[in-house]
Amino acid sequence: MPEREQKKKPAPKERVEETAEVDAPAKQGEKIKEELDDLLDEIDSVLEENAEEFVRNYVQKGGE
Amino acid sequence: MAVPKVCGIETEYGVALRGAADANPVLASSMLINGYVEHRKIGWDFDDESPGRDARGFAREGAAPPEVETHLVNTVLTNGARYYVDHAHPEYSTPECSDALELVCADKAGERVLARSMQAARRILPAGQEIVVYKNNSDGKGNSYGTHENYLVDRSVPFATLVRHLLPWFVSRQVFTGAGKVGAENGANQVGFQISQRADFFEEEVGLETTLKRPIVNTRDEPHADPQKYRRLHVIAGDANLCEVATLLKVGTTAIVLALIEDEFVDKDLSVVGPVAAMRVVSHDPTCRATVELGDGGTCTAVELQYEFLRLARKYADETGLEACGGEEVGNLVLDRWEATLGALERDPSTLEGQLDWVTKLGLLRAYVERDGLDWEDSKLSLLDLQYHDIRPDRSLYERLVRAGKVERLVDEAEVITAMTEPPSSTRAFFRGRCLARWPDAIVAANWDSLILDVGSDPLRRIPMLEPLRGSKAHVDALFEECTTPAELVARLAS
Repeated sequence: MPEREQKKKPAPKERVEETAEVDAPAKQGEKIKEELDDLLDEIDSVLEENAEEFVRNYVQKGGE
Repeated sequence: MAVPKVCGIETEYGVALRGAADANPVLASSMLINGYVEHRKIGWDFDDESPGRDARGFAREGAAPPEVETHLVNTVLTNGARYYVDHAHPEYSTPECSDALELVCADKAGERVLARSMQAARRILPAGQEIVVYKNNSDGKGNSYGTHENYLVDRSVPFATLVRHLLPWFVSRQVFTGAGKVGAENGANQVGFQISQRADFFEEEVGLETTLKRPIVNTRDEPHADPQKYRRLHVIAGDANLCEVATLLKVGTTAIVLALIEDEFVDKDLSVVGPVAAMRVVSHDPTCRATVELGDGGTCTAVELQYEFLRLARKYADETGLEACGGEEVGNLVLDRWEATLGALERDPSTLEGQLDWVTKLGLLRAYVERDGLDWEDSKLSLLDLQYHDIRPDRSLYERLVRAGKVERLVDEAEVITAMTEPPSSTRAFFRGRCLARWPDAIVAANWDSLILDVGSDPLRRIPMLEPLRGSKAHVDALFEECTTPAELVARLAS
């Protein structure tokens, strides 16, 4: 098969999706909040445990 | 005409050894560098080091000039950077760059070098131990470590002139250079969140010290270039930035301001009354509405003061051009982003999330305050503050925000990876880096302005590099192609 054809982009998705109504502001706000919640959940999963002790133990002596 | 604003950034990273009973930061820092550098480490040529020399031409009674520590681990990388242990921190000094965007890339490459160093150290440490580094400037307990910028400045400009104009500059530029911090330190009034990591630590207007009684304008007079022609302005009044837009603005605007000071474009008194206190006033107000008192009477906000500098910069660009500031393209990019940033800071700073570190961090902290109902003393916020700066890709909160598409990048990651090993092509860093890549065994020692080579016959040869823009790819690429041995190189350079 010629390379050009392999690289051919997939057919565009149905028009229906593209012309879907613009989200109402309230709906958009909800979406942003959901995204933020997901991001915070993700950050929770990588945050160091025992914040108080962790922060207390971070001491840097001597610099510059 | 202003001299070209060749620039670089030195970053002292915070370092912690986890899981060990008695963590020694010097040892941990050494381990990072030893782990990263697999080839023989290149020595540093200390002959011309003079960190105790004062730009004002004197040494003050009782002043403590920084000591040069010659016994600690040190190396120079093929990208022209210096990577070493400074006091109790791993320090990465970028190669010399000729414009702000090139430096954004070189600075980011430094973060990747540290990340790789941590990985390497993990392989040699006992199970359960790990070295972690943070690109920030404070431990939150009164200890600060620096991120220093360096700019080439014309020696003929009186140092007092620089000081006069730079004090209001450093006070006001915090609104975009700040990396954000929970709480206050060093005797400063308590505050929930402030713009800068460093503002609390400045105690003098001008001085030589960098560790005690820190001055806003540092007078270290060590040009690392022809001392008859140049100064190297050593800026210690800046934060370590992760956001590329913040680094671009920090370096790009400062380069333009230095050029316009050199070319005498400052047409009015911009001085601030009590700049040390003003540093804190500006930093302690994330609404950017706090005012400082002006030397010629009246008050204004940091943003308003910045608009004065922007006005001068626009005039400078129109009348003189931006050749000395890294060229028209990057210079104009800096001017446009600067103007947009000041407008956004006036209207609503939160619109700069993903561009400025302090705004990005504050957005994250506010989201936690809201979701978890935290008050500003909660240690969880301090943890988020600290971990924002973690350099491990999987733990860095800044990186999480990048991956979530919340942070604007200015350089391709592929370019950053290249800059870990390849020098910038526009400065003498190219010559240094290429020599190291080509003949690592022949380089006995290096410094910013010299290389010492062992060419196989006595004596050792010292190649002076006193012009920061000589030794660029355009100058020496052909030379490297034509020479097959370091002896040939030395002979060609001598002829």
